[in-house]
Amino acid sequence: MPEPQANLDQVVASLRGETPPSGRGRLKVFFGYAAGVGKTYDMLLAARAQQKSGVDVVIGYVELHGRPETEALLEGLETLPPRAVEYRGVAIREFDLDGALKRKPALILVDELAHTNASGSRHTKRWQDVDDLLAAGIDVYTTLNVQHLETLNDAIAQITGVVVRETVPDAVFERADEVEIIDLPPDELLQRFAAGKVYVPAQAQQAMQNFFQKANLIALRELALRRTADRVRAQVETTGRGREPRRPWAAQERLLVCVSPSPTSARVIRTARRMAAALQAEWIAAFVETPATEGMSEAARQNLMRHMRLAEQLGAETVTLSGQSAAEELVKYAQSHNVTRIVVGKAARSRWVELFKGSLVHDLVRLSGDVELHIVRGREEPEEETVAATLPRRTPWGNYARMAVVMALSLGVAELARLAHLAEANLVTVFLLGVVLVAVRYGRGPGVAASMIAVPLYDFFLVPPYFSFAVSDVQYLITFGVMLVVALVISTLTARIRQHAEDARQRERRTEALYRLTRQLAAMSGRYQLVVTAQRELSELFGGDVGLFLPGRSGRLQLAPGIGLEDGVADSEADIAVARWVFDHGKLAGAGTDTLPSAKALYLPLVGPEGPVGVLGIRLPQGTERLLTPDQRQLLEACAGQIGLALQRTALAEQAQRVLVQVEAERVRSSLLSSVSHDLRTPLAVIAGSSSSLLESGDAQSPETRRELLQTICDETGRMSRLIENVLRMTQLQSGVITLKKQWQPLEEVVGSALGRLGKVLADHPVTVRIPPNMPLLHFDGVLVEQVFLNLLDNAAKYTPTGTPIQILASVEGEQAVIEVADSGPGLAAGEETQIFAKFVRGAAGSVQGRRGAGLGLAICHAIVEIHGGRIWAENRPGGGARFVFTIPADLQPPTVDAEADLPPK
Amino acid sequence: MSENPGLVLVIEDEAAMRRFLRASLAAAGFRVAEAENGDAGLKAAPLQPPDVVILDLGLPDMDGLEVIRNLRTWSEVPIVVVSARGQEKDKVAALDLGADDYLTKPFSVGELLARIRVAMRHAARIAAGGADEATQFVVGDLKVDLAARRVFVADKEVHLTPLEYRLVAILVHHAGKVLTHRFLLEEVWGPPYVEEMHYLRVYMANLRRKLEADPARPRYLLTEQGVGYRLVDE
Repeated sequence: MPEPQANLDQVVASLRGETPPSGRGRLKVFFGYAAGVGKTYDMLLAARAQQKSGVDVVIGYVELHGRPETEALLEGLETLPPRAVEYRGVAIREFDLDGALKRKPALILVDELAHTNASGSRHTKRWQDVDDLLAAGIDVYTTLNVQHLETLNDAIAQITGVVVRETVPDAVFERADEVEIIDLPPDELLQRFAAGKVYVPAQAQQAMQNFFQKANLIALRELALRRTADRVRAQVETTGRGREPRRPWAAQERLLVCVSPSPTSARVIRTARRMAAALQAEWIAAFVETPATEGMSEAARQNLMRHMRLAEQLGAETVTLSGQSAAEELVKYAQSHNVTRIVVGKAARSRWVELFKGSLVHDLVRLSGDVELHIVRGREEPEEETVAATLPRRTPWGNYARMAVVMALSLGVAELARLAHLAEANLVTVFLLGVVLVAVRYGRGPGVAASMIAVPLYDFFLVPPYFSFAVSDVQYLITFGVMLVVALVISTLTARIRQHAEDARQRERRTEALYRLTRQLAAMSGRYQLVVTAQRELSELFGGDVGLFLPGRSGRLQLAPGIGLEDGVADSEADIAVARWVFDHGKLAGAGTDTLPSAKALYLPLVGPEGPVGVLGIRLPQGTERLLTPDQRQLLEACAGQIGLALQRTALAEQAQRVLVQVEAERVRSSLLSSVSHDLRTPLAVIAGSSSSLLESGDAQSPETRRELLQTICDETGRMSRLIENVLRMTQLQSGVITLKKQWQPLEEVVGSALGRLGKVLADHPVTVRIPPNMPLLHFDGVLVEQVFLNLLDNAAKYTPTGTPIQILASVEGEQAVIEVADSGPGLAAGEETQIFAKFVRGAAGSVQGRRGAGLGLAICHAIVEIHGGRIWAENRPGGGARFVFTIPADLQPPTVDAEADLPPK
Repeated sequence: MSENPGLVLVIEDEAAMRRFLRASLAAAGFRVAEAENGDAGLKAAPLQPPDVVILDLGLPDMDGLEVIRNLRTWSEVPIVVVSARGQEKDKVAALDLGADDYLTKPFSVGELLARIRVAMRHAARIAAGGADEATQFVVGDLKVDLAARRVFVADKEVHLTPLEYRLVAILVHHAGKVLTHRFLLEEVWGPPYVEEMHYLRVYMANLRRKLEADPARPRYLLTEQGVGYRLVDE
């Protein structure tokens, strides 16, 4: 069975208030039984009291309905400007959620919790806006009428005859920190109504007249009071238990409600929810796919989808089962999941229909055993407008045409058989074969049609008198009858088997896909690899565009670059904003959901064991956004879970890697220090010795000696200066504080400046530079690359005999610029080529004397080339001498320089 | 210059450094005034206007850049900045604020005197209102005839495009001084181009090909890595 959806569980849990997140705002509901009892008025009074005691109060949105006494209360309270929304050419004022979040008061007033926002708003419903406010730590005061509570909705419709479309999930009400009931005796309310003091929208005058009947009002008042009392009782219980962990599930009630596309199903679901709430039980909404539901129309599928969503919203766990018989599957599931009660709707169907089609209720009664059965009377209720079916479905007409061809062939074969004087039984068999083939290949409809056609064809062509429907022998009528029944049974059975095979294949494909995704993700390392894998697998599974949003360095969510499939999910800033919302709230949003449904893609939070790690965006092919079945959605969420885990794992691995690098850097630094201290002491000793000698006995020394000592001081100072420069550069590079200042520049210039700075050092070595005239501009940090040349040239001068030439060569090979500093000295010792770049580490052990500072220089070269994305290595030249080669990426197109004529005259 | 020894104001917090500068400058015939922090330097300058200021960027009491900004509000005195290598950003900032040149620690007395000479010569030219400016600039084999707008290398005329010539003229005008990328781009291409470093680099490379014997080992057009360019003047 599918795993319970972790994500949904979290949402539901937080809706139930089981895990009150710290820093969440408090919700107070001013609860009334009808319009006009004074909810808004009382709310404003309470707000004023709060303000007086120093609370930062802002009015987010209040419906005044032109009541002056209410309006007077606004005086002195800050009011958030409403958002103007254009809806079908009419300017509508809406609550400005973003403005409120930006203003972030301590307490905000938002009237009419059940309000439905104009399309294009962030959420469909105002209670979702309020949820955002609470999540942001803002306290909220709001108003609500009893008939807007989701589960009381149809009960009230029955009482008053007025169907209320705007509803609030009961969980929102139950989770409210405080509920204040605003009560007014019905007589007084009726007086106010008669005096025109109750606001009534013009188009609802008539309905409201019916609504404001004393009997109605009494009933509504009772419901409101009872509902509040329930809440108080629940609170007492919770407090009494001290929020102890829930009882073990085995001892608990568990409900299973059967969902169907039937219009009565919504009512059944709401009833189940009420029962579950009363029993404090978990509940599960199940839909059973059976052969009978296969041919479901698009409209029916849409209804089913909506009912499953409704159940989800009301806090149910949803599952899709499949099997031969709905009743059997339900009971089997109930038994294996410790379900204590099954709730089903009773369809209003005639006895004949039941006899033919069977009755779920009867089957359940027969099979249910220990499980209690609750049957809810079905009653048609108006459905919301059905979204037009947009999923392109394979047209069956082609299959009917193919059926005709197959039947014609059967007829041909049978005709041949007849001419060959074969027994008539064979002719019938040929036809039945045709029917089976059609049912197997083209499904149930064509199969049944083939059975129907087979009889008249047989009669017309193969039964004497030929080419007439007349029958010479009455016995043939029996043949026809049996033939029809057999054909029908065979075609139905075959089609069913085929459907099952198809279902199994589908399921297997999904399991396989999930398995493959898991396996592939496990094998991946690095964020980019993960993103690419997720994109490829998910787009194969669901079609459409897939992208991952991951927090960047600054912690801000960004679209992760992948294989190009990500473009569709981040079309605009708005899409990224949706992704950020999902990331912050840990709930899914976007197309096909109730939050930000105008977004083009569906966004799911990627949650790792330690919290949110990113967001998955998936943009399904046009027209199928709303058609994700719960099954598919569960698969999608399971995938998201896997990706979340993998991302977390990668992040941890990267963190471990960083720690490793730090440890390494620390080790390098300490060995650097010990090696450097040696290298510093030598020139220092020379300088100190020479200068003290000059000071103490300078007068007695010959001018040549004095000059020699001074020159020594000068030279050693230069060496120390270079060493210190290298040490500083190295620590900068190691600590990562260096930021590359890459600019487009000719290589020649850096070579020139490096040669210029080394003038004296290179005085004894002829240097030739060979850079091709068509060498493109390269993108690098001039100061750092100059260091590379300085160190390589300095080394070349130091380790080669005086007078030997040094060459600098450059070329472009593929997407790399290859640069070489070659000398004609003794070359490198065997094995030295690879170790030389890490030499300073070895230098710490004191093994390399006489090559002071050399390893440090090469280590710097190595680090600089590496951060440029290049490679550096050393090798011996075939003709003797060593060469040091490094590469700099040349994969980008250098910028162009405008022709002189196009430049502004100066 | 030796007849009228200039006054050099040294703003530097290290006593040893001041001692070295005092000794070397006095030996070269300059008079030396010393200030051990930015505040003292800014107070000393108006009392006894120096001919050159040598300013260490790393002062204890205020940012050296602040000293330049302050001095430039009332004085055109040449400022030579002293700073360590690896602080190219600071050098560029100092130059863009109006400093005339820089020295990288450690430096030799020769370098120091050369910088001071160039800065004073340039300031003298500015003071004379440019009337004094020679119509010809000659260094080594390179000759620029500013009046005729012609350039010669080893007495052979070199053809330059108008922009190349504009670049050469700016460099000649500030010969010996380091000029930042930004300054050159603004002077030659105009303000919208100050970030287009590659323009300057491409043109400089072209100029070197035309004016230098070996463009990879320039004699005249020197690169100050990370800072800008300098046209050698002696």
